[in-house]
Amino acid sequence: MKNNILPSVSRRSFIRTSALAGGGMLIGFNLFQACKPEAAPPVDIAQLNFNDFNAFIKIADNGMVTIFSPNPEIGQGVKTSMPMLIAEELDVSWDNVHVVQGALDTKNFTRQVAGGSQSLRHGWEPLRQTGATARQMLINAAATKWGVDASTCKTENGVISNANGDKLGYGDVVKEAAALEVPENVSLKDPKDFKIIGKDASNVDIDEIITGKPLFGLDYKEEGMMYAVVLRPPSFGKKLADFDATETKAIAGVHDVVKFGDKVAVLAKDTWTAMKGKKALKANWTSDSKLESTEEHDKILTGLLNGKEFNTLREDGDVKKAFTAADQVIERTYESPFLPHNCMEPMNFFADVTAEKVRLVGPIQTPAGTARRVAELLERKPEDVSVEMTRMGGGFGRRLYGDFALEAAEISKLAQKPIKVVYSREDDMGAGIYRPAIKYRISASIKDGKITGYHLKEASINSNMYGLIPNFFPAGAVENYKVDVASYDSKITTGAWRAPYTNFLSFAEQSFFDEVAEILEIDRIKLRLDLLQKVKGTTDERIQYSPERLENVIKVAVDKSGWGKAKEGVYQGFSAYYCHNTHVAEVAEVVLENDNPVVKKVICVVDCGIVVNPLGAKNQIEGGVIDGVGHAMYGDFSFKDGEPQDKNFNTYRLIRMNETPVVETHFIESDIAPTGLGEPTLPPAGAAVANAIKAAKGIRLYKQPFIKHMKTKVPLG
Amino acid sequence: MPVYNLKINGQSHAIEADQDTPLLWVLRDHLDMVGTKFGCGVGQCGACTVHIDGSATRSCLLQVSMVENSEITTIEGVSEDASHPVQQAWKEIDVPQCGYCQAGQIMSATAFLKENANPSKSEIRDAMSGNICRCASYNRIEKAVELAASKMS
Repeated sequence: MKNNILPSVSRRSFIRTSALAGGGMLIGFNLFQACKPEAAPPVDIAQLNFNDFNAFIKIADNGMVTIFSPNPEIGQGVKTSMPMLIAEELDVSWDNVHVVQGALDTKNFTRQVAGGSQSLRHGWEPLRQTGATARQMLINAAATKWGVDASTCKTENGVISNANGDKLGYGDVVKEAAALEVPENVSLKDPKDFKIIGKDASNVDIDEIITGKPLFGLDYKEEGMMYAVVLRPPSFGKKLADFDATETKAIAGVHDVVKFGDKVAVLAKDTWTAMKGKKALKANWTSDSKLESTEEHDKILTGLLNGKEFNTLREDGDVKKAFTAADQVIERTYESPFLPHNCMEPMNFFADVTAEKVRLVGPIQTPAGTARRVAELLERKPEDVSVEMTRMGGGFGRRLYGDFALEAAEISKLAQKPIKVVYSREDDMGAGIYRPAIKYRISASIKDGKITGYHLKEASINSNMYGLIPNFFPAGAVENYKVDVASYDSKITTGAWRAPYTNFLSFAEQSFFDEVAEILEIDRIKLRLDLLQKVKGTTDERIQYSPERLENVIKVAVDKSGWGKAKEGVYQGFSAYYCHNTHVAEVAEVVLENDNPVVKKVICVVDCGIVVNPLGAKNQIEGGVIDGVGHAMYGDFSFKDGEPQDKNFNTYRLIRMNETPVVETHFIESDIAPTGLGEPTLPPAGAAVANAIKAAKGIRLYKQPFIKHMKTKVPLG
Repeated sequence: MPVYNLKINGQSHAIEADQDTPLLWVLRDHLDMVGTKFGCGVGQCGACTVHIDGSATRSCLLQVSMVENSEITTIEGVSEDASHPVQQAWKEIDVPQCGYCQAGQIMSATAFLKENANPSKSEIRDAMSGNICRCASYNRIEKAVELAASKMS
């Protein structure tokens, strides 16, 4: 079984130290890759170079530790949790640690990616090794001073002591330590000795956030910068025929109007003037092909499910034979709409393109890839392009795509000015890279009251589930198992949306098993546990999940939710899922108010290995669950003649506080390496709610959003 | 272009702007007070919430020409050092995830608690429903408003 095995990292390849001119020791290191062999950290803190190292630790001669954290922060809390790993092994008090985002707009640097809930998982070993290596160098320096064997020395909260009772603070030996060779074999703490990992730590940016300091891309400005608001085709499939900017140019404060491709940018001295300038543009659009609509997509996706053209991603046993031999076949179809990301901070990006360089600043989850694409677009050398990151007002997958940064670069090049592209909410929702609409058809063959075959078919817009998903539950649990996928090429742009594919697949699968249990009159928990029994001890290397860990979260959820013992009038629904290396079980509790189901509470049990920062982890879990409930209940997005039918929050419904359940979180105690939490609690929420609504109202839901489909009984899919 | 005299966080500012310019963009682009956020521009998300004479108001729909004689308070004016009980509660509960909507949430909460010092849970839920948090930190916002109320009583 493949569980959290990561390539080991040689310390020598990614850590360098130097003594700082102003006092103190600087440790430069790289999180996920080796730095250049000749690289050395600077002796002056103002010269931090994030090209050679993407992270630094400074230990000052007063013992204070500053961690220059380079990581994209989109609200998942890694700017707090990743430095905690360093501080733990360095053995300093968290109160003496100061975390600084690598300085903006001073140096050219590219950083890592935030996506797939992988930051902590990949940082777990190298970050702790970095802290432990620094600690060992400080001990070695103190031992040399004292003339004792380093192995007789101990540390506690930034103080080194020896067997004679002598003590030295880290600050007292940093100068000597910086000159020592980087040790090769340092030992890491036993998890039971952790003092920082596993304890609550507040968001390190909390003071700036609650006092309204500039942090985000939209807050970034430079002297002489123009604001650019862009008119884009109103429908996917339409092209710009011609436009008239006479009225726009007459507006005081409009500086320039720039056409690029099928888009027109209005540049002005402030955002509002640019927005007014855009409204005053008169444009004509053409299309040379049929424009797409949701109604048509529905038929196409159903056609794909009914057809025979599939890509088989996994096949075990003989599904056809199992279905032929079955006493009964249960088949259901599940349907989801497109979804926009709707980050609260609309897309935006700063660009300054000059003959010398291309400077980009803004909220982006993929700085390196975006820099490469901009270099290609502008036909520039990759080393000419720099990307600096701001804090991000949400990501959810949207900021993996640098389309807005490319726009900014192109406009700046044409206007020969530093500019910032600002999307209105309508631009953001209307020119999205959406979660694709998907339909799943799941069939099970039943023989002698047991599931003998499982066939999952996916029909999706533009792309299909990624390679590992077919190896999630119930792969390995059903002897005859098959995953088939098909897709339709659309002009509507689609991409990753928080927990791609699993955000809806989990709903389909966990609703299906719930219904199968009802039809077979088997206890719904027992059905899931019995399936997991078959996976235990498997030698199938492809299986991604641990049956033991999934079984455990299910059992704990049964216990913590008082499953089956709910008060009168409270209806429970169950769901359990593995994705993003984390195992989760959820129980939703629904009551009826005026005969309408209202989700009051969700009990969520999570096995994410060691919980680094419980306070931050719970925040992610609560947010993921409510996000999952909200989009399953209300998320609806459609197209007519290529045009999105919702463009702002006056018609597009996001969950609000008066609609939110209280999320009760329970962690499985563990000493296994941590896995991420940005995504995995979202997927199970939809089925937990749907199964609870079934219990409350007798209506089985097959389509999202539930709000559209739960008033009337729908025929079986 | 007309000039407007605005009183923001106790200080006077003379602003040259078109009369239809929303207060939001005056704050952000003319005065560099970027704590007030742009979210939707149609008064639906609450990210741009400020106080006009003490009442929580969406600054994205409020034209600069309408607020000349008003006391305007923004997140920057709640306290300089995060010492306001609502900010303290936000910190203790560790509310934010991405943090983008939180200034607006805090502005709604401070105005609400001034009107209702001892709110029930359902009053908090209703009062805060005008502010969207896309990260869905709603459970914590609710707890923080409760905590702030207890700090202020």
